[in-house]
Amino acid sequence: MASIPLSAQFAPSADPVLMQELAGLITAELNLDVPPGDIAPEAPLYGEGLGLDSIDILELALVVSRRYGVRLRSDHEDNTVIFGSLSNLARFIAQNRTK
Amino acid sequence: MASAPLIAAPAGLAHVAWCDGRPVSAAQYLADAAHLAALLPERRHVLNACANRYRFAVGLGAALLRAQVTLLPPNHTSETVRWLREFAADAYVLTDDAQAAIDLPRLEFPESPASAPAAPGVPEIDEQQLCAIVFTSGSTGAPVPNRKHWGALVRNVRGALARLGLSAARPAAILGTVPPQHMYGFESTVLAALQGGGALCAERPFYPSDVCAALERLPRPRLLVTTPFHLRALLDDVAQPPPAELLLCATAPLSAELARRAEARFGAELLEIYGCTETGQIATRNTAREAEWRTLPGVQVELRDGRAWASGGHVEERTAIGDVIEVLAPDRFLLHGRISDMVNVAGKRSSLEFLNAQLLAIEGVIDGVFYMPDDDTPGGITRLRAFVVAPGLDREQLLARLRERIDAAFLPRPLVLLERLPRAPSGKLPREALRALAHAHARNGKT
Repeated sequence: MASIPLSAQFAPSADPVLMQELAGLITAELNLDVPPGDIAPEAPLYGEGLGLDSIDILELALVVSRRYGVRLRSDHEDNTVIFGSLSNLARFIAQNRTK
Repeated sequence: MASAPLIAAPAGLAHVAWCDGRPVSAAQYLADAAHLAALLPERRHVLNACANRYRFAVGLGAALLRAQVTLLPPNHTSETVRWLREFAADAYVLTDDAQAAIDLPRLEFPESPASAPAAPGVPEIDEQQLCAIVFTSGSTGAPVPNRKHWGALVRNVRGALARLGLSAARPAAILGTVPPQHMYGFESTVLAALQGGGALCAERPFYPSDVCAALERLPRPRLLVTTPFHLRALLDDVAQPPPAELLLCATAPLSAELARRAEARFGAELLEIYGCTETGQIATRNTAREAEWRTLPGVQVELRDGRAWASGGHVEERTAIGDVIEVLAPDRFLLHGRISDMVNVAGKRSSLEFLNAQLLAIEGVIDGVFYMPDDDTPGGITRLRAFVVAPGLDREQLLARLRERIDAAFLPRPLVLLERLPRAPSGKLPREALRALAHAHARNGKT
């Protein structure tokens, strides 16, 4: 499985178009009470930040798999990094997408 | 004094677990449990928070050997842990996560002894010994303890295993997507393995690809212990899952359509389990083919005083059932949904009364109510809504306070701040008014 190289965590920026698209998907699919534009690019998605729980993460994994052809796996060493923020998720998808 | 063995498999012969792809013998399990038992502090109550299913099982065995009681609360929020300290002042936490933030004296799960000593005999545990206290959320705010004695638990699990056709003669590899701390996972993965049903997989896979990879590694016959939510996610994501012999599903109603899809794709039989924390597992059905539930050996259901009750078999005392059921015969029934105060989100059960009490206990909340919409999507998760009057607080502050008190699954979506609630002159909140409010504040057309 591909994973984020450490260097990517410090990549200058994630694709803003992809981030916007992801923010829209997250709020629509998870029925969140937040306008997509309010999701801060660097705030954690899980737990405190956006407040997603494990049910959401599983739903989100399905959306990401369908939409971008990226399968998430727990044995990704960088799982906490991937959901660490919207921009990290966008970078991960940009590097691993198959569609 | 009657007793039942800690494990039903003949020591040294059978495997009780698979850890990281390696089999763990019954003898090794007994050695690990004895080793840990010697390290447990002189206390009576242990919160077993081990995420690894094998370590959880070792912790359970060690506690039984030392006559300590395993505490199984519905979650580990700071409010629940604070309450546990009040319930049992000597409680400590056994954990395999160095980062776990649980405010109790802690014992880190130790390294396994280098080699298993010569096979010790299988310890017998008194049937009357208190094995676990499983907590449900009560209506007033305090969790309600449900005491589980060893003999009743063993009878329950052996009855379920007989129904599944599993035994020491036909052991399965057991993979669970539910945690061992949840009553369903506790019975159908941990106790099922210890009582002769097979070997539990220590890892708990999360993503659909993880579940498939974990199944693939296990020998057949394979038993997958899961929920409608996990099952739907897996079938939506994976075209061809590895074959399994048996699927178990519980925690929320499963549709016949999803059951048929699961049976076809896995090439397995699917049994749905009905039960609750208070009674344990009491009935099964083959959801793809039948609507009727059949009770486990000796268990009877009846209607009395307008409520449904279960008794007999492993059910220690006559117990009210939190759902509306139609009794066809003492051992057969139909299920017609939950009693309106009860809510179930992803297998976590609570009562609206409890959740409302938690909301109102937050400083600055003047009025507030949780609302569960009707439109359950089969296999999907319907979330609670909340309407709150709290002039000095914003949404984020309220959610942060709630997160300390209730399980994340029950956090409201949306949480709507209002100037006042549409209370009738009697002070009651008509469900119609709440439905209209939910509709007015819906996103994506969902109410």
